[in-house]
Amino acid sequence: MSPAILGLLIFTLGPIVASLLLSFTDYNIISDPEWVGLKNYVDMFEERLFWQALRVSAIYSVVSVPLGLTLSLGLAVLLNHAMRGISIFRSIYYMPTVISGVGVAMLWRWLFNAEFGVINVLLDGIGIEGPAWLLDANWALPALIITSLWGIGGTTLIFLAGLQAIPEELYEAAEIDGAGLWSRFWSVTLPLISNVTFFNLVLGIIGALQVFTDAFVITRGGPNHATLFLSVYLYQHAFQYLNMGYASAIAWFMFFVVMLLTVLVFKSSPLWVYYESGRQEK
Amino acid sequence: MATSPGAVPFWRTRRGQRRLTTIAVLVALCAGAAVILLPFFWMVSTALKPAEQVYLSPPVWVPIPPRFENAAEVLTRVPFNRYALNTFVIVAMVMIGTLFSCSFAAYGFARINAPGRNLIFMLVLATLMLPGAVTLVPTYLMFNSVGWVDTFLPLIVPAFFGNAFSIFLLRQYYLTIPIELEEAAKIDGASHYRIWWSIILPLSKPVLATIAVFTFVGTYNDFFTPLIYLSNEDNYTIAVALSFFQGSPRIGPQMHLLMAAVTMSIIPPLLLYVAAQRYFVRGIVMSGIKG
Repeated sequence: MSPAILGLLIFTLGPIVASLLLSFTDYNIISDPEWVGLKNYVDMFEERLFWQALRVSAIYSVVSVPLGLTLSLGLAVLLNHAMRGISIFRSIYYMPTVISGVGVAMLWRWLFNAEFGVINVLLDGIGIEGPAWLLDANWALPALIITSLWGIGGTTLIFLAGLQAIPEELYEAAEIDGAGLWSRFWSVTLPLISNVTFFNLVLGIIGALQVFTDAFVITRGGPNHATLFLSVYLYQHAFQYLNMGYASAIAWFMFFVVMLLTVLVFKSSPLWVYYESGRQEK
Repeated sequence: MATSPGAVPFWRTRRGQRRLTTIAVLVALCAGAAVILLPFFWMVSTALKPAEQVYLSPPVWVPIPPRFENAAEVLTRVPFNRYALNTFVIVAMVMIGTLFSCSFAAYGFARINAPGRNLIFMLVLATLMLPGAVTLVPTYLMFNSVGWVDTFLPLIVPAFFGNAFSIFLLRQYYLTIPIELEEAAKIDGASHYRIWWSIILPLSKPVLATIAVFTFVGTYNDFFTPLIYLSNEDNYTIAVALSFFQGSPRIGPQMHLLMAAVTMSIIPPLLLYVAAQRYFVRGIVMSGIKG
């Protein structure tokens, strides 16, 4: 057990404290850190680009997380249908998750190419003139959201595991009561899957606020800062401008936001998450 | 038409309904699968084109004859083998470190009653919630001050100190192993190390395999860590090297070479996925259980 405790101290608890302290300093690695109090935080809230980065991360999270959850639940319901060959589909849908990374990000750059990318070629085929995507400040962020939806396979499989745990009798009972497909989904599946939805929602929020590879490789934060995610903004300050103190302040702000959202989701969960033990109370 | 009035048409019967649902599901799944596979198709198609077929409108969907020389050309223009070797050294070391340290720590959390054990376990779990950004700068400064920047050490050494997620998965698994086996060994005078090595580890092969495949894929695909720590081109991993191909003097904007490189880069995780699919599925399901 001891290496884990040591590791926890060296690679997690120590850096957390150090990072908090650094966020109150001005430090560029070359000269000694200088204590500046709350200056980094004050500067941050007065910086236009910080607000832009916050806006980009917020829009991305608010759109991609619910959209991803809805699509992956729908997909999981389809994949839960008993039929021959269904496991082939499961393998296909999960595949993008396994190879996600820089290669796939480069691929999406090419897919979104304004003139010769396959997306605009196909749109052209049905008579729609596609936007310039990554070159257009209005379309670059939507392009990254679309990219994120390609990788919903992991969330889908977690939903699928949840769906398979729902007892078949409940559906049969509902069917005898005359419930159609839609009302069975609405009154049996959705409540019984809500704890999995909760899990996926928390993970989704944490993940969406930390997106880096796609934003960095596909658009480099541009055009005109349209995809300047908080993580990219932090990277620039830490490793391009060597503003280690300011970068730490950004990190702590991100930490605060993630914590706040997680607490909100946890606090709201009794309203919409259905737990087994709740049955006896009724 | 042949049915007599009053008879229920086939599609209104239970079996008919079932058949119709299956067809609808099949159509939807095929459409979705096409969306998932199209990017791969486009990637391979571009990777096999001669330069003059890349920027054409309407596009060439299937290049005939396919130009397999693109891959060879990538290998001569950039030291791709070098990047691959770097990547596999790092991946192998991280896998060894993770499996060793996490199974060891998890054994402690599952079996040894030390004071404060549960508190420490909660702390380990809490680190799962922490955005990596918070520890990023101090960790970088720490490795920088010991002169490890631009070596593989910052990428490998942390793995030998465990990670919360794998420890959690292993601990949950160990708790399901009946303790009687170990008690017999204890009576025979076996130490905790001995029990861990000769009883627990052999019994936990499936979960170790699951962690191994996820560690492989996670480390192989990791971009951020090598990006900030490795600056000498000789040390690049495949992921970092790829990200600099676009616009580099050697590959430049030549999309067919870029896609050939991307195609080669996804082959290892893809092969692993095909070979060890059940471990991936198992891992996902296990991670979902705690929700």
